[in-house]
Amino acid sequence: MTPQTTTTPDQGEVARICDAFQSDPHRMLDILRDVQDRFRWISRETIRTVAEKTALSEIAVEGVASFYAFLSQEPKGAVTIRLCDDIVDRFAGLPEVTEAFENELGIKIGETSADGAYSLEYTPCIGMCDQAPAAMINDIVLTALTPDKVREICEDLKGGKRPQDLVSHRFDDLTPYERAIRMVDNNIRHAGAVLLGTTPADAGLKKALDLTPHQIIDSIEASGLRGCGGAGFTSGRKWRFAAETPAERRVIICNADEGEPGTFKDRVLLTERPHLLIEGMTIAARAVGATEGIVYLRGEYVYLRELLQDVLDDRRARGLLGERIMGMAGFDFDVRLQLGAGAYICGEEGALISSCEGLPGEPKTRPPFPVTRGYLDLPTVVNNVETFCHAARIIDRGAEWFFEMGKKGSHGTKLFSVSGDCLNPGIYELPYGLSIRKLLELAGGEDAAAVLVGGPSGTMIARDTFHRELTFDDLATGGAIVIFSSNRNILEIVEYYMSFFVHESCGYCTPCRVGNVFLQKAVAKFRQGLANPADIEYLKDLSSTIIETSRCGLGMTSPNPILSTLENFPLIYSAMVKPSENRIRATFDIQSAIADARHLAKRRSHIFDKDFGE
Amino acid sequence: MTELPKARIATASLAGCFGCHMAMLDIDERLIELMTLVEFDRSPLTDIKTFTRRCDIGIIEGGCCNEENVHVLQDFRKNCDVLIGIGQCAIMGGLPAMRNAIMHSDEPLRECLEEAFINGRYIRNTTHNIPNDPALPLLLDEVYACAEVVEMDYNIPGCAPTGDVIFETLSKLLAGKFRGFERETIRFD
Repeated sequence: MTPQTTTTPDQGEVARICDAFQSDPHRMLDILRDVQDRFRWISRETIRTVAEKTALSEIAVEGVASFYAFLSQEPKGAVTIRLCDDIVDRFAGLPEVTEAFENELGIKIGETSADGAYSLEYTPCIGMCDQAPAAMINDIVLTALTPDKVREICEDLKGGKRPQDLVSHRFDDLTPYERAIRMVDNNIRHAGAVLLGTTPADAGLKKALDLTPHQIIDSIEASGLRGCGGAGFTSGRKWRFAAETPAERRVIICNADEGEPGTFKDRVLLTERPHLLIEGMTIAARAVGATEGIVYLRGEYVYLRELLQDVLDDRRARGLLGERIMGMAGFDFDVRLQLGAGAYICGEEGALISSCEGLPGEPKTRPPFPVTRGYLDLPTVVNNVETFCHAARIIDRGAEWFFEMGKKGSHGTKLFSVSGDCLNPGIYELPYGLSIRKLLELAGGEDAAAVLVGGPSGTMIARDTFHRELTFDDLATGGAIVIFSSNRNILEIVEYYMSFFVHESCGYCTPCRVGNVFLQKAVAKFRQGLANPADIEYLKDLSSTIIETSRCGLGMTSPNPILSTLENFPLIYSAMVKPSENRIRATFDIQSAIADARHLAKRRSHIFDKDFGE
Repeated sequence: MTELPKARIATASLAGCFGCHMAMLDIDERLIELMTLVEFDRSPLTDIKTFTRRCDIGIIEGGCCNEENVHVLQDFRKNCDVLIGIGQCAIMGGLPAMRNAIMHSDEPLRECLEEAFINGRYIRNTTHNIPNDPALPLLLDEVYACAEVVEMDYNIPGCAPTGDVIFETLSKLLAGKFRGFERETIRFD
């Protein structure tokens, strides 16, 4: 679809977009995404039309339109530039890149140019930490930006080039795979035995046909495979629960909403091993008796949409998806692609299911768990991209082969997304059980002062514990390893991650919606040297309240940047607090508190300006 | 046996509405009982404006919205052994702290004053000016709870606390028996 410069959306066209999805309310996110792409905004009138077509109330439609960051109720520029505002990007030169964009386009962050040609905004981590700073320009991704590059980009855009032309002058002639790797370098630094080495096409699926569903599940369970998204639930058990729940229909969902800042391993698998992923999903479908599948692709990875769509089409054409897969009677399974629209919370499986159902991406109350009542109340298996890929390989090579790798309780290999202050940022496929020190050696990050394992909801460790191991029992991670050198300010990093959680909280429960704001403010006080000794207790106390009283994993882990740095970098906090003097708070600064009033009243203080009247 | 010296109490109302001071009077006839144990120093109740000597207890109503509030509060901290916040304004900033909600402005204080004295729909201000007499203390950028400015020893919650709660708390403190509040006495639903 060609985006227009901002216009009043043609409601006939909006209705046609609804028709393309049979006006199915469960496809609301797809409908609104298409409207957004076409008209660059979702107007009040559009909401009315969509509500009528889908037989929903206007407020229900608006609930979805206002939830997702990539949907806008104000006109956006024909070219929307979203700069990745991750801490890694900030350290890699984002401020200079932002300034260059602002100067070239004549608009500030958060603004749209008067002619409706350009919008400029920040967005949280887009999964390009290994090549920061990065940006999305409409559906195109550009990485390793510099101010010089930005000036070139803006000149080209103003000269009438399409965003695609920035990637290659013969973009239209490239295959989807070529387009993807021109935009984004996958930086595979170490290929392991399971995923990134040679993977014979559909070997696992062929073997799965000779096995009973029971045998497949037994094999996955025996392999010791655990979910690779971060939580680490035993995959075989998850499949067994779904298989044992009586139902007419069952669903397999692939969680490709990799939003944890610092994680980009799924991006690499989706680009380099898309067939392996769908093969894994198809095997899961046979194991649990599912006929429907969904790949939930995060909105930031829209540049992979064509590639994945091609893979699905190709597999359908070759009889690997659809009815009678590989000629086997009764083995029917098909997969649709569901695109997200910029919401970190949708990586949480309940929120992800809500999003697939066309609702705002809010988590669901558990229990019931998705394996018994998930997507449209059907038994649903939600697994990470990497988990499905592993499953396909396990069925091909056998459970024992996989079980032998790694450590007790953490079997097989894991993809680690390494970024930050190191020589070789990128993807490392390594067996579980490696120490952080060893990984730092491989990545050329021996100077690290701090390593964040598992993203902001994981653990930040200091140099004295680099001997710790990457396993589920010691340092569990969905794959993110962010390295910080001694030049970095730990509290700046913590404050950034708290602001990330403030931004991404879905707002459903108060402890998370409000508590994270208070935590962020408290950390800001430490940074400014305005914290009391008692504020350390306040941080711990508030953190435990948020963890105990939040409904989903976001609130249960959002205080982790603070808690893990309090534990592993206690001196940083204690060095920043200011004790009271004579029980009068040294942290209250009267001079800055009256600065505004002094300026407004155009006079000085007769109490606190000592030289007043002299 | 010599009579114990009376405890000396000072009170002040900062950015409050004087409601908590009114509530102190709700102690009613028990005031006579209380007065056998205490005497008042600096307080609006005595109209003494400065400390005559060091006090045992300071009671603060209201938070800090201007420089004079800060000055008074710091003065209380220097001159009182035990400092007690009374009412929500002292404890959390209370109603005056509503102006802290003006956040998305480059000049929140100006916006607040213009709304209060010039732009507000029901304003009858014939001068169309924001008051700026040199005698007026300068406002703070936002309203602060007392504990943000000095260390506080105790808080008596409520808006305003009842005379009963005030009397109970003071009596127990004076007897050295205050161990916090029973939940029933400070719930308001």
